[in-house]
Amino acid sequence: MIGGIDPALLISALMVASVPILLAAIGELVVERAGVLNLGVEGMMIMGAVCGFIMAVQTGSALLGFVGGALGGAALSLIFALLTQVLLANQVASGLALTLFGLGLSSLIGQSFVGIRPPSTGTVPFGPLADIPFLGRVLFRHDWVVYASVALVAATWWMLKATRMGLILRAVGESHDAAHALGYKVRKIRVLAILFGGAMAGLGGAYVSLVRVPQWTDGITAGAGWIALAIVVFASWRPWRALVGAYLFGGITVLQLNLQAAGARIPVEYLSMSPYLITIIVLVIMSSGRGKASLNAPASLGKNFHASR
Amino acid sequence: MIRLEKRPSPSRFWQGATPVLAVVLTMIAGGLMFAALGKNPFDAIRTIFWDPLFHPQFASYSRPQLLVKAAPLILIAIGLSLGFRAGIWNIGAEGQYIMGALLGAGVGLAFYPADLWFIFPLMVVAGAFGGWVWAMIPAILRTRFNTNEILVSLLMVYIAENILSSMSLGLLRNPEGGGFPGSRNLSQYPAASNPEMIAGTGMHWGVIAALMAVIAAYVLLQRHILGFHIKLAGQAPRAARYAGVNPTGLVLLCMGISGALAGLAGLFEVAGPAGRISIDFNVGYGFTAIIVAFLGRLNPIGILLAGLLMALTYIGGELAQFMLGLPAAAIQAFQGMLLFFLLAVDLLSNYRIRLGYKKEAI
Amino acid sequence: MTRPDLLRVEGVTKTYPGVVANSDVSFAISQGEIHALLGENGAGKSTLVKMIYGLVKPDQGRMTLRGASYAPVEPRAARASGVAMVFQHFSLFEALNVAENVALGMENPPPMKELASRIRAVSQEYGLPLDPARMVGDLSAGERQRVEIIRCLLQDPKLLIMDEPTSVLTPQEVDILFKTLRQLAAEGTAILYISHKLEEIRALCDEATILRRGKVVATCTPRERSAREMAELMVGATLTPPARAGGNKGVVALEVADLSVASPIPFGTSLKNVSFRVAKGEVLGIAGVAGNGQDELLLALSGEVKAARDAVRIDGAGIGDTDPTTRRKLGLVAAPEERLGHAAAPDMSLVENALLSGAVRQNLTRNGFIDWPATERFAAAIVADFDVRTPGTQVAARALSGGNLQKFVVGRELSQSPSVIVINQPTWGVDAAAAASIRQAILDRAAGGAAVVVISQDLDELLEIADSFAALNEGRLTTPRPVAGLTVDEIGLMMGGAHGMEVAHHGH
Repeated sequence: MIGGIDPALLISALMVASVPILLAAIGELVVERAGVLNLGVEGMMIMGAVCGFIMAVQTGSALLGFVGGALGGAALSLIFALLTQVLLANQVASGLALTLFGLGLSSLIGQSFVGIRPPSTGTVPFGPLADIPFLGRVLFRHDWVVYASVALVAATWWMLKATRMGLILRAVGESHDAAHALGYKVRKIRVLAILFGGAMAGLGGAYVSLVRVPQWTDGITAGAGWIALAIVVFASWRPWRALVGAYLFGGITVLQLNLQAAGARIPVEYLSMSPYLITIIVLVIMSSGRGKASLNAPASLGKNFHASR
Repeated sequence: MIRLEKRPSPSRFWQGATPVLAVVLTMIAGGLMFAALGKNPFDAIRTIFWDPLFHPQFASYSRPQLLVKAAPLILIAIGLSLGFRAGIWNIGAEGQYIMGALLGAGVGLAFYPADLWFIFPLMVVAGAFGGWVWAMIPAILRTRFNTNEILVSLLMVYIAENILSSMSLGLLRNPEGGGFPGSRNLSQYPAASNPEMIAGTGMHWGVIAALMAVIAAYVLLQRHILGFHIKLAGQAPRAARYAGVNPTGLVLLCMGISGALAGLAGLFEVAGPAGRISIDFNVGYGFTAIIVAFLGRLNPIGILLAGLLMALTYIGGELAQFMLGLPAAAIQAFQGMLLFFLLAVDLLSNYRIRLGYKKEAI
Repeated sequence: MTRPDLLRVEGVTKTYPGVVANSDVSFAISQGEIHALLGENGAGKSTLVKMIYGLVKPDQGRMTLRGASYAPVEPRAARASGVAMVFQHFSLFEALNVAENVALGMENPPPMKELASRIRAVSQEYGLPLDPARMVGDLSAGERQRVEIIRCLLQDPKLLIMDEPTSVLTPQEVDILFKTLRQLAAEGTAILYISHKLEEIRALCDEATILRRGKVVATCTPRERSAREMAELMVGATLTPPARAGGNKGVVALEVADLSVASPIPFGTSLKNVSFRVAKGEVLGIAGVAGNGQDELLLALSGEVKAARDAVRIDGAGIGDTDPTTRRKLGLVAAPEERLGHAAAPDMSLVENALLSGAVRQNLTRNGFIDWPATERFAAAIVADFDVRTPGTQVAARALSGGNLQKFVVGRELSQSPSVIVINQPTWGVDAAAAASIRQAILDRAAGGAAVVVISQDLDELLEIADSFAALNEGRLTTPRPVAGLTVDEIGLMMGGAHGMEVAHHGH
């Protein structure tokens, strides 16, 4: 397409680039399917990024780093769960608060870790598979998180579609009053979904600071959480479509970076705004017309539940 | 067992008391955070909330800063609060602020070095227009294509930031600046500057605009049918349609007002306190204003007070950074915490907390 | 007949802040018995059955099931003990299919394929055909009720609670339901049947417990009592039917011709070629089972949904594409069914709610600035004229009881000297005395020359106040006919007979 850009490299790079938003989007998708709108993805991601980074640096283990990232994201989401599920606060405002707080807190606890290199995350040894021309380079030379993220998409899809837990989760998101009347614990189910969403966003954040960049700087997630939210809408709340959305976005990011590196004539600023611009365009396309994404939105999305009489 | 019981009518007492309670709780939790950072919490709280106003040595510098910092926060928050009341979530004020500053400064610099009376008024109009246009994009996408305005307005911030850096490196770069990024200094261009009006007060055109916005919003919400419709649309959207409110018009109006006010805030900032367009021109007023709007309970008078308080934490935070070595990020976390506590105690105005053994299946 | 008691309720009391929902309630129901729980809206029937189903815990009193102490802490426990419930407001999920909905109501559902075949089998056995793969949102109200019933039946319940089951059914569908219930009772299932419809109870039930203001006022065998006797026990007073001034119909005031609009509500019903005319002084009653386009018709008439200009005319002028404000100026007022959230803003005061729809016709604004004192007077006048029980006009709408808020909302519309009135479910959830006064107020406005459209699911109400009658069925309106001389069978057929029976029979 453009001179100097190798397609195998491009595809393999986009798979890596899309991991953070894919993980965060899958988490948020589950949260929204349970009827909760958590706009704090950006805050949870960056908390995951800093906690994961510190954990990895302190223990020397990237794996423990990812555990720390998930815990960091989940811990922050617990505040959101408390605010919206127990104290019945407005979900939009609580999500924004989570992001504002997460950005501040992460920069506070991360300040003595600037400029350090984290331990590297191992590549999965596929042996001879990695040497297959083209395919080997595209598919079999990644770190384990790349494969785990795809596996998580599959697991989420299966959970939502085929298990009783998934059915109950969807029911709660569809009508919390009806679910309550049948005796389901709406609040408990939603809190668990929020924690899962937090952990996934945290994992995604840890991937940014441990693999993508890899180091710690303030505001490292640079809006990835918001893009993950957009991808959930793009995906019409369906896991496999979230994968498509994330890879599409990852592709654009990688392409514009490559164009920057290749010294394209377009100014750098316009290239680096392109992912956001394209996300908006995709949102518009998905929200309008016959395939209206909003029609698939869980009916109780964003509404608080209080069992009165 | 603690239970929540919905009040028949919202409590007037708690509506006023919750922001105060939230501030107190934040001071306690913030104190704990400062203690965890190895600072004396009482020193830190005093440095943030007391010293900027009353410290014998620093107050003379920091007191005027109060108005300088509060003006953009109040101006933006007033606009946001109208939308938030109507259930229209413009969270991209930061981008509208940038675009207002860029367009306003651009218009002013286009006349450089002419000395004409209408340059500054024209810049004001251009600043409001810049913010308005930037807010109209998510507004029209929402009304025309049903696109989520929260996500679009936020994503537009990142686009605005890229335009800002492109402008300060390119089109608006000071030709006499020796190649450094950033525009000419508008405060050295009298026809286009927004100077401090009375020395030592921090008073500038932005402060006057903020006060006017507070008064206008107050009258609108208390006395005008449009304000009533804004409240109605937020509380009961279907009742609003029944009352004859046109949802499309309301989105365009609320987004437009908030965008224009954010743009104005940006213009007054670039022509006054900041002086010039640079890569790091925006410092997060657009996001902090969200906290201000909620802390003021979306009420104009409340926002006025909340804006002053939040400005105090900015100045006090800088002071604490200088005097106690408190990291700048601690203040950002502190502000976020304030919003948490505010949201948490907000339920007291609509629910009663009951202690008892009666348990309903929840 | 001395069958053993299945469930005994003894001295049960439940209070909510400010309300005693149940006070010292006792009754018993035996195996295979169809037992009616009879009472007005607000008499405490729903609270009582929620306690039996484990959704609410009693403050005092005890229950025994088959001799053993019974105190379910949650619906799951109630279901495990063999108690099942069909809700008045369905506990269904519109975006899920029938089988998924059924599975959610079961403790240990079989795999989906097996469940689907069991749903087919049971639904055929009891004469309630149902396709397990259909989306619940696409079903009619009667079919949705079938989903709930099948969900209960699959668990082989010993006691089946039915909360106002016939309010969503056509007369033909009621017949089918009663057949099913009798079949179940014959098989030994006890049925607790909640209703305020006396004739139904006389036709179906073996025993009746009558509640008034939370207390048991009588227990009787319905077949041995007249409907009038039971009504007086239930209401505690003798009621006078509204007086009508009968009379001269004037010229046509509201004309609807070929009105078609898409529904703005998810899973809603679009209106298809609706046509009717209402003259000055005439009351047109529109019947229909819930969800057949009633909400959409109100929205299209009030102006919240726009249609073609000439589809709706007031005094000959086309207004189908205008907004609610323009229509109010021309004299049209509308009262939607849902009081909280649609007709009134829950958290706003009565004064603000008076402004909500009264601003235009009552001249409550000047250049857009609100005249609060005048608005206050308007609200106070509504409260006084319509006997709205409230501590004042500054309380939030949500603080009023359903009946009082309904009086306020209807009063607000009727107080604006309207020339065309559209009301959906004027007396829904209102006690008999208040309902009678609302109906009287509507008839008074008609006598004063207003053209009135009353949309209601209560056939008795329509037959009482309407001059002409039409029914909505799947978004289509039948040709209006004079009320005089209509039979229940004819009305049932106008409402669409038994929904979904043919389709399901042909389908498999």
